[in-house]
Formats: sequence, structure tokens, C-alpha cells
Amino acid sequence: MCASAKYNTRGPALIPRMKTKHRIYYITLFSIVLLGLIATGVFQFWPHSIESSSDWTVEKRSVHDVPVVKLPADSPIPERGDLSCRMHTCFDVYRCGFNPKNKIKVYIYSLKKYVDEYGTSVSNTISREYNELLTAISDSEYYTDDVNRACLFVPSIDVLNQNTLRIKETAQALAQLSRWDRGTNHLLFNMLPGGPPDYNTALDVPRDRALLAGGGFSTWTYRQGYDVSIPVYSPLSAEVDLPERGPGPRRYFILSSQMSLHPEYQSELEALQAENGESVLLLDKCTNLSDGVPAVRKRCHNNQIFDYPQVLQEATFCVVLRGARLGQAVLSDVLQAGCVPVIIADSFILPFSEVLDWKRASVVIPEEKMPEMYSILQSVPQRQIEEMQRQARWFWEAYFRSMKAIALATLQIINDRIYPYAAISYEEWNDPPAVKWSSVSNPLFLPLIPPQSQGFTAIVLTYDRVESLFRVITEVSKVPSLSKLLVVWNNQNKNPPEDSLWPKIRVPLKVVRTAENKLSNRFFPYDEIETEAVLAIDDDIIMLTSDELQFGYEVWREFPDRLVGYPGRLHLWDHEMNKWKYESEWTNEVSMVLTGAAFYHKYFNYLYTYKMPGDIKNWVDAHMNCEDIAMNFLVANVTGKSVIKVTPRKKFKCPECTAIDGLSLDQTHMVERSECINKFASVFGTMPLKVVEHRADPVLYKDDFPEKLKSFPNIGSL
Amino acid sequence: MQTRKKYIFLTFLASWLLLFFFGREQLRRFAFFPRRNVAARRSWPRWADRALLHSFAEPRELQGSGDTTQPSPRARRAAPLSTSQGSRCRMESCFDASRCQNGFKVFTYPREHGEPMSESYSKILASIERSRYYTPRPEEACLFVLSIDTLDRDPLSAHYIRSVEQRIRSFPLWNSGRNHLIFNLYAGTWPNYTEELGFDIGHAMLAKASFHSKNFRPGFDVSIPLFPKEHPQRGGQSGWLHHNSVPPKKKYLLVFKGKRYLTGIGSGTRNALHHIHNGRDIVSLTTCRHGKDWERHKDTRCDQDNVDYEKFDYQELLHNSTFCIVPRGRRLGSFRFLEALQAACIPVLLSDGWELPFSEAIDWGKAAVVGSERLLLQIPSAVRCIRPERVLAFQQQTQFLWDAYFSSVDKIVHTTLEIIRDRLLPHRSRSRILWNALPGGLLALPDFSTHLGDFPFYYLQHGSSPSDKFTALLWAAPPLGSLSQPTLKLIQAVSRSQYCAQILVLWSCEKPPPPSGTWPQIAVPLTIIQGRTKLSDRFFPYTAIGTDAVLSLDEHTSLSTSEVDFAFVVWRSFPERIVGFSAWSHFWDPEQKRWGYTSRWTNKLSIVLTTAAFYHRYYHSLFTEYLPAGLRELVDSLTACEDILMNLLVAAVTKLPPIKVTQWKQHKEAASQPVKDTAAGSTRRFSQQQDCLNQLVDWFGSMPLVSSQLRLDPVLFKDQVSVLRKKYRYLEKP
Repeated sequence: MCASAKYNTRGPALIPRMKTKHRIYYITLFSIVLLGLIATGVFQFWPHSIESSSDWTVEKRSVHDVPVVKLPADSPIPERGDLSCRMHTCFDVYRCGFNPKNKIKVYIYSLKKYVDEYGTSVSNTISREYNELLTAISDSEYYTDDVNRACLFVPSIDVLNQNTLRIKETAQALAQLSRWDRGTNHLLFNMLPGGPPDYNTALDVPRDRALLAGGGFSTWTYRQGYDVSIPVYSPLSAEVDLPERGPGPRRYFILSSQMSLHPEYQSELEALQAENGESVLLLDKCTNLSDGVPAVRKRCHNNQIFDYPQVLQEATFCVVLRGARLGQAVLSDVLQAGCVPVIIADSFILPFSEVLDWKRASVVIPEEKMPEMYSILQSVPQRQIEEMQRQARWFWEAYFRSMKAIALATLQIINDRIYPYAAISYEEWNDPPAVKWSSVSNPLFLPLIPPQSQGFTAIVLTYDRVESLFRVITEVSKVPSLSKLLVVWNNQNKNPPEDSLWPKIRVPLKVVRTAENKLSNRFFPYDEIETEAVLAIDDDIIMLTSDELQFGYEVWREFPDRLVGYPGRLHLWDHEMNKWKYESEWTNEVSMVLTGAAFYHKYFNYLYTYKMPGDIKNWVDAHMNCEDIAMNFLVANVTGKSVIKVTPRKKFKCPECTAIDGLSLDQTHMVERSECINKFASVFGTMPLKVVEHRADPVLYKDDFPEKLKSFPNIGSL
Repeated sequence: MQTRKKYIFLTFLASWLLLFFFGREQLRRFAFFPRRNVAARRSWPRWADRALLHSFAEPRELQGSGDTTQPSPRARRAAPLSTSQGSRCRMESCFDASRCQNGFKVFTYPREHGEPMSESYSKILASIERSRYYTPRPEEACLFVLSIDTLDRDPLSAHYIRSVEQRIRSFPLWNSGRNHLIFNLYAGTWPNYTEELGFDIGHAMLAKASFHSKNFRPGFDVSIPLFPKEHPQRGGQSGWLHHNSVPPKKKYLLVFKGKRYLTGIGSGTRNALHHIHNGRDIVSLTTCRHGKDWERHKDTRCDQDNVDYEKFDYQELLHNSTFCIVPRGRRLGSFRFLEALQAACIPVLLSDGWELPFSEAIDWGKAAVVGSERLLLQIPSAVRCIRPERVLAFQQQTQFLWDAYFSSVDKIVHTTLEIIRDRLLPHRSRSRILWNALPGGLLALPDFSTHLGDFPFYYLQHGSSPSDKFTALLWAAPPLGSLSQPTLKLIQAVSRSQYCAQILVLWSCEKPPPPSGTWPQIAVPLTIIQGRTKLSDRFFPYTAIGTDAVLSLDEHTSLSTSEVDFAFVVWRSFPERIVGFSAWSHFWDPEQKRWGYTSRWTNKLSIVLTTAAFYHRYYHSLFTEYLPAGLRELVDSLTACEDILMNLLVAAVTKLPPIKVTQWKQHKEAASQPVKDTAAGSTRRFSQQQDCLNQLVDWFGSMPLVSSQLRLDPVLFKDQVSVLRKKYRYLEKP
């Protein structure tokens, strides 16, 4: 009471001059602000807070607690799948939009349990595999929780196995999904389609325009470029750990491990075995197993018991015959065992056939040719069998191994269709890591001999040796095919000479001043370089004759993807020190050319400046050395080809300079160069340089032929 | 005062409401309420009982037990053959593979006199008849091609041929179209251009341009490109990309110049193309002026468009643009597609549903941008985002594809045949690499091998290298039946090479070879193959050749071990080329208007004699199986022609010159000595050889030889350094 009185008395004191009317205003104002805040907050979270309380936030819940949806008997059923659907007709591409990441957004409907009017459930709520698949999508970068931003919708209704669901009711469940819209942009995953007696090769559930990722499509049901053919997942993949086995011949040549084959196939296989004996092994289910042994993990042949799938590793070729369905889970087991699948299933669309080149991992034999199987398989070269074994295993590891792998490959395929210009290439899909590592894809792969008329641009890197530089310019300008001369002035403390002092030459001469004295300036792709061919030349290389340079250019035209240079060098393996060593002596081999005088394609300037692996570029600039070795590594690594050394060895000496060749004579210099090779080899992870024993000379070099009739007479003279 | 407050208050209220209604998103984005962070992204729940979930299928279900009630496979295979309609045809249901037991042979119906035939169709038939698959006998044929011109099936066209249906039904071989291949370029007509042929093709396969994927029977039909009637029969023009400029950008980024349809099918895309025109790097010009009554439909843009249209030249745009829009016309395909491909102008396809030419074999994602008609306005930004190295690769790939599959009618038709052939023997067919990497599927024979490492072309992509031994193949036809001393010396010298695996003597002489005791004692196996006396036998793919490299020799050749060693080491760096010692060079004789060649010493070379040369054994297969028998007969009838043919073949495959390596001086002089012969005989021979070159060039359709100005020598060759340091010192003996 007192207290209140006290407050009452203090109330007016707080707002002494305020009138009651005003106070009401302020209180209203305050409360409106407060209300506004509350309302904003509530609306902010309204839709989500409802969902999150029931669906999402409680992480540790059972799938049996999900909300139940009752489907009235007369709820709409979608149309049957439309066989003429293609991406441009049935897919709403506008939902995907243009985004810089080129990734589609995938939304997953929340899990519900569907029951019919009588409360009987429509299907199993969700299988382990489908849960894994949805988890994988949810964890991937495709996933979005915002239904409005989604481009692709994945229902949580599990249709992996048609036998576990009621077709009509499942269709009704699909049709009542919030964004169903005739199934547009919806993706269903199915592995076991059809049912007895006729076993359709695609899911029988009416699904209108929905995309189907299905196992066991035939050419009649598969909508090329719309559906995705996926494998039938084999749960054994997760249960059994089969370590990769090295390729090579195995105990059995052909193995058949499928149970309950059709008697006709069975008899054809038996005929094969009768003809070829021990090398063919036919396994079937075991009849005399003791209790407790899982029959699915055993196979028998004449009372002999084999472990499945381990036995698959004992065979070179494993038969994958069609059963009632075209897609067989055994394919996954076979691939896992690194056994080459022999696929005998006419009109079967192989898993991920849109992107995978199955010819590299399997042998497809028409059913009619089954009797010839043995001879067909024997005609496969041994080296190819080994590759197929590796390839089969790689396919399993990359695309069959888990539901996650299957889900991500499927989404990638759809993604590539929507953003074709950012699609993953054939090589990325198909090359196993070992091949990706050892193969090269030459960026200049087209065999072109560039027109001579284009000429070349000479780039002289210089610091302050003006006199020598001028001599080089004068010499180089005599070369007929020179089209431009670029001087890279690497000295920031000194201005280049006045225009009038430069030698007068017949081609344009440009001076580029650099911001910093870095060696990599030599390899910058200057806009001034308008020709493909670049001649990098040091400011003290005055001993090369015009014939030699012109000939070098002609050689480069025949090998435009290589470094074509004059002084050659070699890398050697030092067995005592266990590392690479640099060699500049008179050797019979070359693996590098010095860029003190070398022709190469301008493209390599781009690569050097923007794509040099690791820290090599900075390292070179910091050490002021080895830019040429780095260039040699780069070109050899990207093309897989050797350098071309042209013309005989010269003593690269000149009266006034300490000699470019002489540069390499210094002992510490040699040590440094060796270090460079070791450093680069470790950054590249391999030694890309190729050693060759040849050099290029003019056709008539040193031949007993009148000099005046030779195109390049002045070669090799000192 | 009070009113002022009231206003302030109302403004306050209003701004709150505004904030509330419109600012929700922004507030959210600024993470105004820190409670809602990234971790709260609602992902798929981790169910507590996820480990207890059942598998989607019982193990028995997956392993096939249980479904024992399948129909008989044999009955199933036989069934569709009788009942299925043409539109559901597949190879296994509509094609009688048993006819192809004797190999893949193609029969063309005899042409009836006075039969009207378009230029293009007669070229197609000529291509088939020129191919190695042609047979004139229908009973051994696997595939049949009609002599009725079915290229133009537009009833409004002048080339439309009537009553095709009755005529084909009267053919006794027709057999409801089974094993027939029908070529078509234009189907359907105004206004809908449905792909109607106007007759029932039954079970025949269709090789058709502008195929819509909904009509395309996968694995059965073949989509071919639309080609003009001037398209050359053989050879064909080369692509326009002569050098890889860096950066690969040309003057324009994206161009289009063509008709704009004001109404009707295809107008949707063509009518929108002008929207992306910016006049700077994107030039998209359309004209309404086409057809008879364009003025009747013309809209407000037409006049201005027609003026702009004339300002640019189509050829100029084609040459100077990085990307070319290839939109659908009335039909899905257009001439523009091949034009862009040849011009190395990367095609940007706007033709929804088009089954791209040879899509079964060609990976178009490497050479073209497959756009969507619906997303035309995104095209400029999409092509701008393509990185320069990708553009460079695209440009080169267009040139490869153009040259490998499209530049002549021969190539288009042969590609069609090879695709069909590949389907018949899936285990002996080309993988996608063989189709999509140089030198292309027509030149990579799967009969030889299906393994990449067995070919000379794919070592780098494959990450392997050629085998480190060679087989010497000595062609011996001594007139007296016994080997001369130099030949025996040669055998010994070659056998001493550390890289020699074996020596094969191809005995091409009437007399039996000398007994084994009289052959020199050598460390490597020596085998005698009894050959016929034909010159083309030299390049027969003998199974005895077990190594990648073949050293082809002649009994008159003289070589030292050093020369052989060095040449082989060089060949390992250039496994796709011929590496040899003696070289000739070809030239164009402007006076006689024909090709000639000379064996004199010149500064250039383009032919390396196979009397002493290394090459890959694959070229034996290519020579014998790829070239038609007629060419080999020509070679057998002329002297020294087989050398030239081999060189032309390898140059046509690689587009590169052969490689000449150092030859010891004395050998060289011996080689350049004229063979003892009468003067009259040698002139006749010489003119024969020139004939040979010209006849072969005619068959290839263009001159494939490429000249080189270099020779490869050992690194220290003739350098002023102690001879002891030189590995190949014997090459320099004076």
C-alpha cells in the first residue's frame, strides 16, 4: 500500500509536466512499438516455428512419429508418365534461374505417413536406403530448405521398390504434395520397378511429368535426356568390405553367380561350361546349408560352397544376366569385386549411361550371341581386361558404392542438363583417379601448322645492359619472320633510353616498363603480343644467327605446342643424394631448353601467369632464378611432350657479357638450379620433364650439298 | 503542438507498419535476430531409429530368387519381331542381325534409268559404293539402301518423289523395310513440319536430318546433319581455324544473321533473337524479307531490321565471331550448324528437342553450347562466363569434328554406316574416346583393337607409352632366290639393335626361301613369312608382328645398328608418325596442273620411304582394312606407289609431316644412286609414280601430305666435342 502510494506519488514526479492526455499518447505509442516488435518477431518465425516444433527441431525422433496424412479414396490421381516428356517440354527451367554457381536447388518434402481412408498405410514409411539418399541430398550443396527457391523437388515418399507400395494410393499421395503441379520438376527414385507377371521396366505409379531416376529402364521406357538411369543398389556394398584387388588374370575366366536364372539361360551357360570346363564356374543357390547361415551370402556348385560376394574376385568376367527385371543388384557386387561385367540384357539402359562410358568397364553381348560368349571374351586383349577391371572398380567406388553416391551422381546429371555450359566433362566422369593423374589433355591438341605469315614476337627482358640489348635488337630484327619486338624494361630506377637512341628496325618496337623487377614479367601475356609465337630472348644473346632464329621459328611452327629452344639442359636422378640434379654438360640427352632463347606459344604465358601450380611463381620471383625451369615444367606437364632443341650447340659467349652459358657454370648456381628442379617436382607431384636424344636441324644440315641452295646455310657457325 | 505530436506519432506508426510489411526479408537477411543462424537450416532429420529401418528390398528379392515365372527369353525375343510397330523399333526387335554373319555389307538398289535423283542423293549412293562395305550382291548384304531419292519429302518441293510407297512395296527385297536404311534431309511441310515422310518405312532405319528426339528411335535411327547440295563428295574443305590465337576471343562474341519468322512454327525463337543484339560484341540481325508474302505479315520492326540486316555480311560475321547462334528454323536443323562448325565459330544451339547429328557417337558438350530456346536471354551472360581455355578447346574441337565427320558427303555417310556397324558388335565397337579424340572414329578401327594403348594416337590421354621393342619386317624378293650379301649384313645390323624383338622376312619370290642354315646367326628370332608377290602385301597386318613399332625394310636397304637405335628412340617420341631415313618431297606443278614429287635433295620433305622406316603396326591394319580394295590393286599395278599411299594415309590421319632422321653419309649416297635400269624404263617408272600420286590424291579428295623443314639428329651430332662422349658416334664416321 505504502509502496504503491509511494509510486503513485512518484509517478507524476517522473513526468512532472506531462498531462494525462499526453501520457496516454506515449503509453499507446510505446505499446504499439512493443506490439509491432512482438508481431514482427512472431511473423518472422511464424511458419517455421510451427514446422520446427513438429517436424524439424526435435532431432532425435522416430520415423514412426511423423504426422499421418489420410488420403480420401477419391483424391486425385496423377496422369500416367508421359513418354514424350523432355527437359524442354515437361521441365520448368525458369525455376532454376541463372546463377553464378551453376547449381540447381533441391527441396525435400518433409516425411509423412500416408494412410488410406481405413487407416491402412500406403507403403512403408521410409526405407533405410531412401533415408540415406535423402540425407545425402540434404547434406549436399544442392539442398535448399526454401521451397520457393527450389528448382527440383524430391518427395519423401519412398518408391524405391514398387513391391512395397500400393500403386494407386501412392500416386494419390504424390498428387497432394504442396508443389506437385502435375509432377513438374519432381524427381522420384525407383530401383525395383514393375511387378509380376509382366514386370514393367519403369515404375508403375502414375507420376505425370515427374522425372524418374530408375533402375532397370529399357529403351522403350527410358526418356532419353529426361529420366536418369540409376543402379540397383546392393546393400552388400555396405556389409562386405572387399579390398581392391590388383588387375590381372584370375582363377576363373567366366563366373555366373545369379540365382534363379531362367532355365533357358541356365542351359546356355551349362553348355558353355561343358565346352570350356574349369575356366567357367556356374554358381547357384545352396540347398544344403545348415541353419543360421544366411543363404544370400553363399553360393554353391556341386555341393562346393563359396562365399558371396568374395568369390566374384576370383573371376575375370562375371555374367550379369537379366532376370525378371533388367536392372540387377548383382551388377554392383560384380563391379565392387573388380570383375568385368558381361551384360546380357537386350534393350537395358545401363546405369548413368548418359555420362558413363560402359564400353570401358564392361562387355555387352546381345542375348542371341550368348553361345559365342567365350570366344567373344577371349578376343578382349589382356591389357584391356586389366583396364576394365580397374574401371569397373572405379565405377563402383564413384557411382555405386552408396546411396549417397547414387543420389549425387543423379543430381549432377540433372544439373549438367540445366547448365550445359558448366557441365562435367567425359573425362571427369569416366577417368579413374590413376588415369586422371597420369594422362594429359593438351590444351593445344589440334594438329595445326600455323601460317608462316603470322610471324613471331620477340620479347627481350632487360635490366640495364643497353649496349648489349641494342645489339640483340639489331640482330633479331634481321630475322625475316619477326613481326614485332617487345622490350620488357625491368629496371624501375632507370628510364629506358630516349626513343631516338633505339636502333632503327623494320618492325614495330615497343618498350614495356614493369612495376617491379620480377623474372615473371618475361612471361606475362602482354596484349602487345599479337602473334601466337613468342621468342623469349635475353639481352645478351647476340650469337644466334638470323638463319638459326628463322629456322627455330619454322621448327616451332611444326611443334607449336612445345618449347623450341637453343641451349638444352638435362635433369638427372642423383642416386647417391636421392634427388634430382641439374646438368648443363655436353650430354646426349635434353629435357629442357633455356628460355634465354626459345620459341613457344603465347598460351603458355597465360598458364605461367595465371595457372602455375603452387607457389612456384612467387618462389621464382623471390629467388630471381629458375623461371626457365618452371616454364619447362609447366609446358611438359600440360602437354606431356618433350622440348625441341634446335641447331648444334654453340658456345654461348660474348665478349662483353659474363655469358649466359657461363651463368650456369658457377658451382653455386648449379646447386640452386638443382634445388629448383627438386622443388618444382615436389610441387607438381611428379617429374613431368621428358628426356629425348634428338635435336632438330635443317634437312640438309652438314650434307654435302651446295650451301647456297640450302634454306638455312648459316647454322652452327661460331 | 498536439497536432504535431499526433502527426509524429502517426508517422511513427506508419513506418513501423511499413517496416513490418516490407522489411521482413531484409531484416532476416541482416540477421537482425541472431537466433536464426545458418545452423538452423532445416535439413533432413537424423532419425533416432534410422539404424533400425528396413532395407528397401529383401536380399532374396535383390538376388533374383522368387521371380521364377518369367516368360521364356527366346519367346520374348521372337515376339516383338512380328508384332511391334515401326515407331517402337530397336535393333534387337526390328533388325535381322543374322544377315550380317558374313560381315557388314551394304547393298544399294540398282538405279533405274530415268529415275529422278537429286545431286545429294546420288552423292550418298556414290559414297556407299566407294566404301569398303559396299557389295553389289543382295544375298550377302546386311544393310540395304534404296535407289529412290527420299531426301526431300516435302510435298511442296520440286524434288518430291511421288508414289514411293507402291514402288517400295513392289521390291522383293523390301521385306517390310527390315535391314533397310533410308536417308532423309527434309520431312514434313508447311505449316507444322511434322516429320512425315509420306510413306510407311516399316522396320527400316532412318538416317534423317533435323530429328526430333520424340521421333528418334534410340539405338536404331541415326541423326545426320543437314548438308547443302554443293557439299563435296570426298575430301572437303578444311576448317577455318588456322591458328590458336590467345586470348581466343574474336571481334564479336556472339552473332546471328538470318530470317525472322513472323508466324508459324519456329517463329517463337527467331522472333526473339533481336532482343540480344547490342551492336557491339553481340550482333543478332534478322530480316523479315523471305517467302512470297512477307509484307502481309510484317510488323513494326521489319523495316528497320531489314536496313540493319544489310549492314553486316554473313561470311564476315562467321569468320570473326567466337560464338554463333544456331537457332531452329522451320525444322530443327539448319545449314548454319555445319557452317559454324567449319568456321570454328562455336555453335550455340537454340533448337529444343533436336537430336544432334551423330549424337550416339559425338560428345557435343565438347564442341557446342547446347542452349535452351526458353532461356535465350541468358545466352549472352552464359557465353561470357565460359573461360578462355574452354573456348580454346571448343574451337579446336569444332575443327576436329568438322574434319573427321562432316566435311564431305563421304564422311557423313561413312560415319552413319560405322555407327550402325558398331551396334551389331557391341563388344567390338568404339568407345566414346575413339569417337571424340583425334583422329576420330572413322580412322580408329575397332577390329584392330578396342584397347586405347594399342593405337598410336592415345598414349598421352591414356597415360601410357609405346612398347620399347620393334619388329623388323624385311621385304625380300630376290630375283635369284638367294639373299645378297648386303641384305645379310642388314639383317645382322638390325638384329644387333638393343630394341629389336624379332625379324620377319616377307618372302615374296616365286622360288622357295633358302634353308634355315644359310641365314645369318643372330640373337633375335627370325621368321619367314611366305608372301604373295603383291606389293600391298608389305603392309598386311601379320599377326606375327607383336610389337607396336614396325621397322619396314627392303632388301636393298643398308643401315647400321646406330641408325636403327637412334631412329627407334626418335619414333618413341612420335609414335603416330613415320620415322625414316630417305625422304622425298611433293610439289604442285602449276604448268601441268598436277602434283609431282621429287627424290632429289631438297630443303623440304613430305614423304619418307618405307624401305627403311619405323611406324606403328596399326597402320598395317589401316592400310589393309580401311582403304578400299581398288586402291590396293592400283598400288600393286604401279611401282613404288605403296610408299606414297602409306605416306598419304598416315598424313591424312595425323595431319602432320613424317620425320626424317640422320642417315650415315655413305648409305645416303648409295640410296640416291639411281637403280640400274634402262633409261626408257626409268622414265616410264617416273611417270607412273607421278600418276600414282595424282590418282591417290584424287581418291583422298585433297592433298594430305604436309611438308617439314627439319631433320632430327642426335643431340651432339657433329658438335665439336670428343667423339667418345657421343652416344651415336657411328653416325658421324666420315
